[in-house]
Amino acid sequence: MKVNGKEIVIEDGITLKTFLESSGYNIERIAVELNRNIVPKETYGNVILNNSDSMEIVSFVGGG
Amino acid sequence: MKVGIAGLGGLGSNVAMMLVRSGVDNLVLVDSDIVEGSNLNRQIYFIKHIGMKKTEACSEILKMINPEVRLELCDIRLKKDNVADVFKDCEIICEAFDSAEDKAMLANTVLSEMEDTYLVSGCGISGWDTPNAIVTKHKFGKIYVCGDGISDDTEEMHAPRVIVCAGHQANQILRLIHGMEDEEHE
Repeated sequence: MKVNGKEIVIEDGITLKTFLESSGYNIERIAVELNRNIVPKETYGNVILNNSDSMEIVSFVGGG
Repeated sequence: MKVGIAGLGGLGSNVAMMLVRSGVDNLVLVDSDIVEGSNLNRQIYFIKHIGMKKTEACSEILKMINPEVRLELCDIRLKKDNVADVFKDCEIICEAFDSAEDKAMLANTVLSEMEDTYLVSGCGISGWDTPNAIVTKHKFGKIYVCGDGISDDTEEMHAPRVIVCAGHQANQILRLIHGMEDEEHE
């Protein structure tokens, strides 16, 4: 699948939540667009990723 | 064109000032804090504003630039369930919060509940790295992110880098007002 413009291969059946956590993202500090749609945070654990998906993750740091 | 400013600290107060100087005359200003002495190293306030609500101090300064500016002052804390109501009718929202969690909350809420609204977010402004590291990126859809993307609130914030980032945000907001869209990043 494509993540932030880069091609990667993911395990079959992996959930978005598992992918994000294993990739080091802090779930509370990100927004995720999957195949052009924003994914509601409360559904991350139910969304199954596919190798045909395209995903953009924006990750925030503090300071304002 | 109505623009919402979420947070009136180092980013938001400077963005609001630049927008009013550039002719934007309809703003929603949201912040629940008061001005503190430690804010004066990077925010637009003066000694006399210490102890005053940021919404009121910011309004006073903006009206010194343009007495005709239309301002809605919201002295509240933004949450998932009030964002869409507070920024109703805003075509663009400037995200200028302090905490990463609040930034993410606003991005998720605006992008999912306010489909026609642009979000211009600030992300990575602390420390003493070169201001050349601060950039504007069109991440996806209607979200633009300005900053170095890395430096966080474990480092101190100083006027130059904060104001460079505020300049990026204000410039991006003005580009959108003038109908200039950029290609998505990556």
